[in-house]
Amino acid sequence: MLYNVDDNGYYGDFGGAYIPEMLYPNVEELRQQYKSITATTEFQKEFNDLLRDYVGRPTPLYFASRLSERYNTKIYLKREDLCHTGAHKVNNTIGQILLAKKLGKNRIIAETGAGQHGVATATVCALMGIECVVYMGALDIQRQAPNVARMKMLGAEVRAAQSGSKTLKDATNEAIRDWINNPVDTHYIIGSVVGPHPYPDMVARFQSVISAETQRQLLDCEGRDYPDHVIACVGGGSNAAGLYYHYLDNPKVNIIAVEAAGKGIDSGESAATSALGREGIIHGSKTLLMQTDDGQITEPYSISAGLDYPGVGPMHAHLYRSKRAEFISVPDQEAMDWGLTLSQMEGIIPAIETAHAFAVLDIRKFKPDEIIVFNCSGRGDKDLNTYIDYFKL
Amino acid sequence: MHRIDRAFAQDQKLLSIYFSAGHPQLEDTLPILQQLQDSGVDMIEIGLPFSDPLADGPTIQESATKALYNGMTTEKLFQQLENVRDHIHIPLVLMGYFNPMLQYGMDAFCARCESLGIDGLIIPDLPVAIYQQQYQTLFEKHGLYNMFLITPQTSEERIRYIDSVSKGFIYMVSSASVTGAKNTFGEAQEAYFKRIAAMKLKTPQIVGFGISNAVTYQAATIHARGAIIGSAFIRFLEDNSVAQIPEFISQIR
Repeated sequence: MLYNVDDNGYYGDFGGAYIPEMLYPNVEELRQQYKSITATTEFQKEFNDLLRDYVGRPTPLYFASRLSERYNTKIYLKREDLCHTGAHKVNNTIGQILLAKKLGKNRIIAETGAGQHGVATATVCALMGIECVVYMGALDIQRQAPNVARMKMLGAEVRAAQSGSKTLKDATNEAIRDWINNPVDTHYIIGSVVGPHPYPDMVARFQSVISAETQRQLLDCEGRDYPDHVIACVGGGSNAAGLYYHYLDNPKVNIIAVEAAGKGIDSGESAATSALGREGIIHGSKTLLMQTDDGQITEPYSISAGLDYPGVGPMHAHLYRSKRAEFISVPDQEAMDWGLTLSQMEGIIPAIETAHAFAVLDIRKFKPDEIIVFNCSGRGDKDLNTYIDYFKL
Repeated sequence: MHRIDRAFAQDQKLLSIYFSAGHPQLEDTLPILQQLQDSGVDMIEIGLPFSDPLADGPTIQESATKALYNGMTTEKLFQQLENVRDHIHIPLVLMGYFNPMLQYGMDAFCARCESLGIDGLIIPDLPVAIYQQQYQTLFEKHGLYNMFLITPQTSEERIRYIDSVSKGFIYMVSSASVTGAKNTFGEAQEAYFKRIAAMKLKTPQIVGFGISNAVTYQAATIHARGAIIGSAFIRFLEDNSVAQIPEFISQIR
């Protein structure tokens, strides 16, 4: 494996577990057990049964004919937006809740930015009858009221993170502090391929179902199991990690990662971590992150709450530095326009995060016989208010 | 003899105080150090503020946020400490998160600490194994001790490992929690203090997290060599002037 995690939890220069001693027993327990537990036939059966019967997998690989015609190439959408709860996030929470049960944990904590991971966590906790506490930045609670209500309906307690900038990174800090305070009975379900090893690898493995299905589906409709390009949006990077996973070491597949430029790379209001970040430590992982010269973590901006994380998963930092993946950043306006385009050309209203990825079609030229797979990672229901305000609908 | 070892060579129990540099006011660092030394404190931990202090409770988080707002930076703190050894002779330890030090550059950071007379570092999010593999040689070159934390959840085997790498002292986190003042310790803590004392480690231990008053200081130092007060002192500084620091210390011991 050239691009996947090594035995020490690193992707090239990035990854590792830079954690306070208070977290060591928890993280070490996970590190020692995640592979052996998830490899058992029993776990695999429970996981796959729930993905099929509860999440609704496999999700379709849909040939987008009108888009393909307009851009004169072959465009497929991996329809993660059709997952239960509306995005790929639930693939990971199903995996982690099963793991938590095997580890004997009876309390779940999670962080959430836009609320999608919080909803996916609250959902699986309701499914399993396990106590659930979701940390969410106080500012995000105001901005994402419908998802707060969904989590409450599902029986989760939503706790406001009042520290720092009161957004996703602070919610993550609060969840980590909760874990420090409750080291024995609690499992922390991180929502992206971030955090200390083994989280980035564990979350990527649970999300890898996306590319495993894509391989089978492409083989059926194209006679080969790989496309020429895989394209996904990257905040922390879990949907991208899932789509790239089985193609990481296939040199025939070009990998494109799309970050949120916000109001523009140089505007001071952006979330394009690869362009603006430097190597450092965030939430227990060595990776690229947006920070001041003095090493203080800065607050990113994007119109999509799911992409405004100041770091990026260590896998993606490695894909960027090694040039295995091509990183492109897309500003708010183009992403919003693509939200409308995809709606009107394919009848699919995407999450704003997802819409960013499609802007690659205006930036890069593709050949008529090339096969492109986009991760259609989430649906736009949660973003309706933002779309309404933006387009004066 | 290293300044930290000299402090532990005395018979009496040690009182160490933590504060966030740049809080309450940017230029308070030296006056606080002076008042603490004059009050008879044995060691001081100077907190380098960080935007995302994930092992800290609300009091230290807020003090760090204010310190950053006041304009504190790594370089600014080093400038404030330029002539600190003209006045302060007790051990000084810098406590901070790893990222700001990485951005300063570990070689430059350690060299600067040595030139200023800093005795050691506490970096909660730099794990022992990574320190040992990548930084121990550098720290030793500059005469810096790196102090590690243990908690009630740390296994005996790991405590022995940490003891083998440690110099100066081991920082015993009193309970499974982030930093923050508590009024009393329970039976579980006392059992933990006794258990660690019975291990007869080569490195002396001092207790931190949850020490706030004479009662908790006494309880912590029955078995350990000393105790560290952070959050309670920071709260005191919010309501009182730097000149009143001796009143706080005299209530502890």
